[in-house]
Amino acid sequence: MPAPRNSAASARGRAVSREARLAALRKRATLLAEARAFFGERGYLEVETPVLARSGAPDAQLAQFALSDPMLGALYLQTSPEYAMKRLILAGSGSIFQITKAFRQGESGRFHNPEFTLIEWYGLGYDRERLIIEACALIARLAPSLHDKARIVSYREAFREALGIDPIEDPDDRLRDAARAHVPSAHELPLDDRDEILDLLMTHAVAPAFPTGALTVVTDYPPSQAALARLNARGLADRFEIYQGPMELANGFHEATRGGEYAQRFATEAAKRRARGLPDIPEDRRLLGALAEGDLPDCAGCALGLDRVLMLAVGATHIDEVLAFPIERA
Amino acid sequence: MTTYSTNEFKNGLKIMLDADPCAIIENEFVKPGKGQAFNRVKIRNLKTGRVVERTFKSGDTVEGADVVDVEMQYLYSDGDFWYFMSPETYEQLGADKTAVGEAAKWLKEQALCLVTLWNGVPLSVAAPVHVVLKVTDTDPGVRGDTSGGGGKPATLETGAVVRVPLFINIGDTLKINTETGEYIARAKE
Repeated sequence: MPAPRNSAASARGRAVSREARLAALRKRATLLAEARAFFGERGYLEVETPVLARSGAPDAQLAQFALSDPMLGALYLQTSPEYAMKRLILAGSGSIFQITKAFRQGESGRFHNPEFTLIEWYGLGYDRERLIIEACALIARLAPSLHDKARIVSYREAFREALGIDPIEDPDDRLRDAARAHVPSAHELPLDDRDEILDLLMTHAVAPAFPTGALTVVTDYPPSQAALARLNARGLADRFEIYQGPMELANGFHEATRGGEYAQRFATEAAKRRARGLPDIPEDRRLLGALAEGDLPDCAGCALGLDRVLMLAVGATHIDEVLAFPIERA
Repeated sequence: MTTYSTNEFKNGLKIMLDADPCAIIENEFVKPGKGQAFNRVKIRNLKTGRVVERTFKSGDTVEGADVVDVEMQYLYSDGDFWYFMSPETYEQLGADKTAVGEAAKWLKEQALCLVTLWNGVPLSVAAPVHVVLKVTDTDPGVRGDTSGGGGKPATLETGAVVRVPLFINIGDTLKINTETGEYIARAKE
């Protein structure tokens, strides 16, 4: 049977020369060395934590790869090293960083591969501002061609500029109208969950307006999107995301410290999973156990997508171009 | 009927949308690290050729369309239908005017075409990219002028009119690009 005529489009992002692939591979090695030097200079300890664990992340938005071992039972590939690293901090590690693989089911596209590399770090005594400065400095070091001035904008301001709406105060109806006006075929979507509408607007209308070649730092998220960030005095989530153009590079948090907040969050997400008919994931009881004995030391943590930074460093348009073997050929 | 989850979306996948068969021509997965994932999809309606953008919540499912591309040989036309035969099964099918569309003016008996079938019925026909056709009418050739500059219209045996260099004569056979409708070269018999 003949190939469809539009096969040229399907090759987009994959028609990469052998030389370009090897160049990306060498650049990856440089970035890894640069990142280690960066954290070394700042007194961070490099750590390794298991990518395979007996518990997982409860986030309803993440689909975890589940495996099974005849002796141990269910095991999960990590979606992020957050909980294990927090356990190390609780055990007295001090400031730590890690370069590790994370795995997320069903995430595949221009900026996504189900297996990807994260640089994750926690600065003890850091607040959000200090972490933003450090994260931008790291990105600038890894991708020096970027404009060196990052723009910091609140979540609210970013929505106001792009859409003229207030994502924190406006009623759901107003957000729904904006979605229908700015997102193709949004009227076909249920749009019954406020955060889902906000995510839709963020990915389709707000982030696409961010300038390419420069960093945009979005701060002060709605409390419903706090995850494990603490809330600031204005009741907003003390977290940030760093974008280059519409591509999200990093996600940072002034971390919640009390065990109660973690238990609460795990329960909320587990309930969401159940409501959506998603499988239960055993929660990290060891993290909760450690938090029961004492709060997490004051710290701020950030996860940076190394593959995406590498895309910037080599000018790639598809994540496949910077992976030795993208998932189709892995 | 097959259904596809957005996880299975890829370029070329044929799905049903608003009761029409469509092909995915671009699929972008977007997701805030901590939020809901969506698939932003560009879709070509295979009946109208029109391209629309749609947004799906990741994990949603859509019905697949029974659409296949098969290579078939053009046989003849009775004015209402254009008849094609599978060189493998010898099965014959008639494609109507809408399905044949622009391809009609390039079709010569025995040409191998790409016929897109929906539920077994021709939906569209793509003529071969290059065809060799005889000139049936054009102004007399200008001998020695091989510059190709200027040019003149020439009618081909299928009825198509293309712009050709001045030196072309009635009875010449020409190689034509059907995608651009442009003359490429004189063909040797």
